[in-house]
Amino acid sequence: MTTGPSITPAAVAQKIGTQASAGNSAAKTSQPERMTGSQAIVRSLEMLGVTDVFGLPGGAILPTYDPLFDSEQINHILVRHEQGAGHAAQGYALSTGKVGVCIATSGPGATNLLTPLADANMDSVPVVAITGQVSSKVLGTDAFQEADIVGMTMPITKHSFMVRDAQEIPRCIATAFRLASTGRPGPVLVDITKDAQQGMMDFSWPPTTEVRGYSVVTRGHSKQIREATKLISEAQRPVLYVGGGMIRAEATEELKALVEATGAPVVTTLTARGAFPDSDPHNLGMPGMHGTVPAVTAMQKSDLLVALGSRFDDRVTGVVSSFAPEAKVVHVDIDPAEISKIRYADVPIVGDLKYVLPELTQILTEEFEHKPDLGPWWNTLNNLKKNFPLGYTSTEDGLGQPQYVLERISELTGPDAFYVAGVGQHQMWSAQFIKHERPRHWINSAGLGTMGYSVPAAMGVQVANPDSVVWAIDGDGCFQMTNQELATCVQNNIPIKVAVINNSSLGMVRQWQNLFYDGRYSNTHLNTGHGTARIPDFVKLAEAYGCAALRCESDDDVDATIQRALEINDRPVVIDFTVSPDALVWPMVPAGVSNDMIQIAKNMTPDFGNEE
Amino acid sequence: MSRHTLSVLVEDKPGVLARVSGLFARRMFNIDSLAVGSTEVPGISRITVVVDADGILLEQVTKQLNKLVHVLKIVELAPETSVQRDHMMIKVKADAQARLQVTQAADLFRASIVDVSTESVVIEATGSAEKLEALLDVLEPFGIREIVRAGTLGLSRGPRSMSEKALRH
Repeated sequence: MTTGPSITPAAVAQKIGTQASAGNSAAKTSQPERMTGSQAIVRSLEMLGVTDVFGLPGGAILPTYDPLFDSEQINHILVRHEQGAGHAAQGYALSTGKVGVCIATSGPGATNLLTPLADANMDSVPVVAITGQVSSKVLGTDAFQEADIVGMTMPITKHSFMVRDAQEIPRCIATAFRLASTGRPGPVLVDITKDAQQGMMDFSWPPTTEVRGYSVVTRGHSKQIREATKLISEAQRPVLYVGGGMIRAEATEELKALVEATGAPVVTTLTARGAFPDSDPHNLGMPGMHGTVPAVTAMQKSDLLVALGSRFDDRVTGVVSSFAPEAKVVHVDIDPAEISKIRYADVPIVGDLKYVLPELTQILTEEFEHKPDLGPWWNTLNNLKKNFPLGYTSTEDGLGQPQYVLERISELTGPDAFYVAGVGQHQMWSAQFIKHERPRHWINSAGLGTMGYSVPAAMGVQVANPDSVVWAIDGDGCFQMTNQELATCVQNNIPIKVAVINNSSLGMVRQWQNLFYDGRYSNTHLNTGHGTARIPDFVKLAEAYGCAALRCESDDDVDATIQRALEINDRPVVIDFTVSPDALVWPMVPAGVSNDMIQIAKNMTPDFGNEE
Repeated sequence: MSRHTLSVLVEDKPGVLARVSGLFARRMFNIDSLAVGSTEVPGISRITVVVDADGILLEQVTKQLNKLVHVLKIVELAPETSVQRDHMMIKVKADAQARLQVTQAADLFRASIVDVSTESVVIEATGSAEKLEALLDVLEPFGIREIVRAGTLGLSRGPRSMSEKALRH
């Protein structure tokens, strides 16, 4: 790594009242202060209330790491790979609602952030990434560690800034925070050239964050809201189809009120698990490819879907043309582009659920005297719930049952803990078998489906919630993608608990090979589990990092192992749960077919005709 | 599907064209033509884009474009309420013998000759896409050497200006 000339020490000249940028009408809280661009980056983050950032230094961001070293407010956590910094920022953001911040250098440092940025973009996570860029004097010349990260991230960020002038730094960073956290949240990149970091500027705060082409509609259109209440009050088989937007909008209390007013059933998508308590009988569970039979079937038979911060993802709808064929759609979303993107909305409402839901509830309570009689609908749904509960059969090879492990982790740890999953079978079982009661306590990579998400994201969650139990539920495939962040956890005293659901394979791929490729297990065996050479041995690996390491090979030991893990709080714990590779995620709607074809076991589709 | 002309006011910032064209590419929206240039307002450019889309898809194009932070306003220019023009230059083989005929053909289309050499002329033509196609048909027999054309430009009819409302703050 090459380094530039060292920056001027932090002798900051005060400059009195002359350099306020024109057009900045906001009240000044500080006199303009002469400083370097790097100092302005750190100061801007401090003024924005940032207390934790995740990053890894390198040549082009080096100037910024010097004043960062002095910051008393900002705790910088040195990751081992920039992807870890990005996912940690996501976990931090998702568990708190605050903006997560990650920092990387130019070139490979920045490109290593692509996956987390794409992930945050898919799942609407407020993240600001600050990247160093080569000096503007050599920009565009294929300079050492130069990469056009602004160009590369255009399709996977909400917005991005390229800063070549130190004076622009506070405005760009403050605007990045505004864009990331308002409206539909998302990732924003601020790429700052090395000479901008080293140049001098006059810092004043707050800068203007006005962006001409950006506005957020929060209040829904009153006529449409009224129209929606009309449909809701007439519906015989309504379903509230709740997505991750509910959690982003902090509107879960408002949702409870709406459910109370309507008595309608709720389904919570993968990003919305916890937005409505699983313990409430109105909650039918998760819809979609691995959703519950009641949730999937309720949507298929529904005459009114009230989509609340959800986006008709293909994993929810299956084949769109046969999805919920009889349902009218009320769609509430803060992003107008989601409305009628996949499924035509009979009543579109662009707005913030925090404001729209109370209006819906108020009109429904005050103006419609008789609640619609949902008795017959609930009869159907309760029969489905009774006849098709989530469940699993014991494994034929006698090895551990992964679903049981998750049930026990949930039961023994409780709903106050945070559960952070990777991607694959273990993620689906976690979504299904953990009892999700609280918003922001279930964190996973839904839209992008990023394997390796769990450990670094859990690290970010734990940093934001130091007094809570944070479970990283990981698979053996996922774990091997990002477990280097265990070093970060050990070094910074971040005591996450990692449950590796080790089925010795890329389990979800293996499941598809089992079901759709005649059991031809092409390139899915990882040799990490029971009866294999254990490459690597996760217990030894965890111990090498300085983590506590446990192994559990039988259902009989699951409780004791979890209890031991819960007792260790001075360092990360890794548990290697070796489970059967043959356990499958059920129910399942095979890809490319209607949700009516949901299977509860291999080639077993419920006969709904008999259930009504 | 049918062609629709969108007039898009954008901030004249580095990369704005890349953001717009990248959006079309990644969302599988078809562009028939695209033209970009400065406007009456400093710092604001206007992109005129002709898209091959209908109904819901056209709505998506507009909504997705609107999400770009640098996009300020989008208006669809309907054929009835707007003027739309294509622009092109054509290099045609024209020796002394053929020159008169070529010039006459250009005159019929109110196109002008902007370069003459012993072997060729360059014709500049403006008009609707249909008119330009007709001109090309007429010139074809003489031998077309080169064509360059710009994306469709359009303005709404009447006194209203798109930037007035969009830029008022």
